[in-house]
Amino acid sequence: MSSSFERISERFAQLLGQTPVASRSPLPDSVVPPAPAASLDLSAPGPVQAVDHALKGYDLNVAISPRQVVLAADILDQEGFALDAITGVDWLAQGEMEIVYDYFHPLASLRVTVRARVPRAEPELPTISLVFPGANWHEREAHDFFGIRFSGHPNLAPFLLPEDADFHPLRKDYQP
Amino acid sequence: MIAQKEALPAARSSQSPQETFVLNLGPQHPAAHGVLRVLMTMDGEWITRAEPVIGYIHRMHEKMGENRTWAQFLPNTARIDYLSAMHYTHAFVGAVERAAGIEVPSRAEYVRVLTSELNRIASHLVWWGALLLDLGGFTPILYAFEDREKILDLLEELCGARLTYCYYRFGGLYNDVDDDFLNGTRRFVQEMRPRLAMYRDLVTDNIILRKRLTGIGPISAEMCRKYGATGPVIRGSGIAYDVRKVEPYSVYPQLDFKIPVYPEGDSMARYLVRMDEMEQSLRIIEQALDQLPAGPFMGKVPRVLKVPPGDTCYAVEAARGRFMVRIVSDGKDTPYRVKLRTPSFSNLSLYEEASRGMILPDALAMLGSLDLVIPDIDR
Repeated sequence: MSSSFERISERFAQLLGQTPVASRSPLPDSVVPPAPAASLDLSAPGPVQAVDHALKGYDLNVAISPRQVVLAADILDQEGFALDAITGVDWLAQGEMEIVYDYFHPLASLRVTVRARVPRAEPELPTISLVFPGANWHEREAHDFFGIRFSGHPNLAPFLLPEDADFHPLRKDYQP
Repeated sequence: MIAQKEALPAARSSQSPQETFVLNLGPQHPAAHGVLRVLMTMDGEWITRAEPVIGYIHRMHEKMGENRTWAQFLPNTARIDYLSAMHYTHAFVGAVERAAGIEVPSRAEYVRVLTSELNRIASHLVWWGALLLDLGGFTPILYAFEDREKILDLLEELCGARLTYCYYRFGGLYNDVDDDFLNGTRRFVQEMRPRLAMYRDLVTDNIILRKRLTGIGPISAEMCRKYGATGPVIRGSGIAYDVRKVEPYSVYPQLDFKIPVYPEGDSMARYLVRMDEMEQSLRIIEQALDQLPAGPFMGKVPRVLKVPPGDTCYAVEAARGRFMVRIVSDGKDTPYRVKLRTPSFSNLSLYEEASRGMILPDALAMLGSLDLVIPDIDR
């Protein structure tokens, strides 16, 4: 796996408090090699998880809170990722709406999936279109289909649906 | 009426250099190749803002996916991008196979690559003819469709459809290839090479084409990244991003081919990427024909397919770029959620920023160089 993978998973783990920050050797001229940083256990269930690409189609799964989506987009932007797609999944039974952000890296074989969950009754979270302008259309589409509101979005008018549409067809309780 | 007449001279006398008007392109317009509408705010012949208005052919494939079994949704995927159906069915079939752990025999994977690359050439030929039609060259599309017809005939004989193929099935193929198809494909490769050389002499090296495309509609690598543009668009901006190499699938790692990249980022770069890609596809087809193993064309698939709970992604390099399917299953025989990430959607999303300050004919040349398929945007 590329070094970019380790860097990105470490940054997310720090953001989400999953791992202690790697301790550095206090003595720069010490002859003893610095102890290896506390390695991140990405196989254990947690907010940051390594995934087998051959089984799932992505390499890193990150579960964050809705407030952190812009921070996550910032980290991935700095690491040179590109936005793949933004979509929702309606978990009617749990009363939650999941927003899935897919990212790919244009130069490395590395796919990151970032997820956030919002209550179904009040599906709102910040827009990432200021970080990735391409998110503008994806978020409009997610608003069309699920009624998820992206606060700070420049224009959440119906996009793929008719211009007077006030329904959200991919909600599981939608009745035509 | 009177109020308007009175208001008009007042607006003119302000002598604002920002005096603009709105030009409505489409949804029925020959340069839009389908029902795409672009609202253009013009300052004379210059575009200050071009806002694509989409959704005129929206069919809600993602909802249809939730209302039918995994196998019943398969034909839908062929109707998203009707010029690149093999790749789209490949992605959906691949996602379900990955999620359900279905093994695909090697022969089936080779035939998938073979037919996908034939489909890529057919798709690029349509783009080529249509782009030149936009630019005012009528003849090339007649040549392009003659060659494309040979591919469509081959694929029709193989699987019965000319455009909306449903040839790939979970675990393999609908039927095996026969000698007629294999010999016909070999003959096509031999015939296509001199045709591509002729296209280069006749069109690519033509000074009028060069002047219409060179330096027109530059898209930077950074803009591609920010908007998630893929396919020939990002490769025409100097980044060698191709799903076949970056996230290898099927038997592509066993085949030797190059990813054409041009750093200029203009419409000519995107043109040249696609022209080179056709040659590379011919190389892949030749190798797949030589290496085609004997054996079954269908793996073991349960009679009633149930996909274990969880989500799975599968991406392919379609003719227009990265197509990804994300399926979410709750363990039933129908999908819980199907997300279709289409390349044309992302590629068009950068148009508003990229077309700012261009003159109208150049903006239309650039629109053609993006190779849009409107049902692919609207889904």
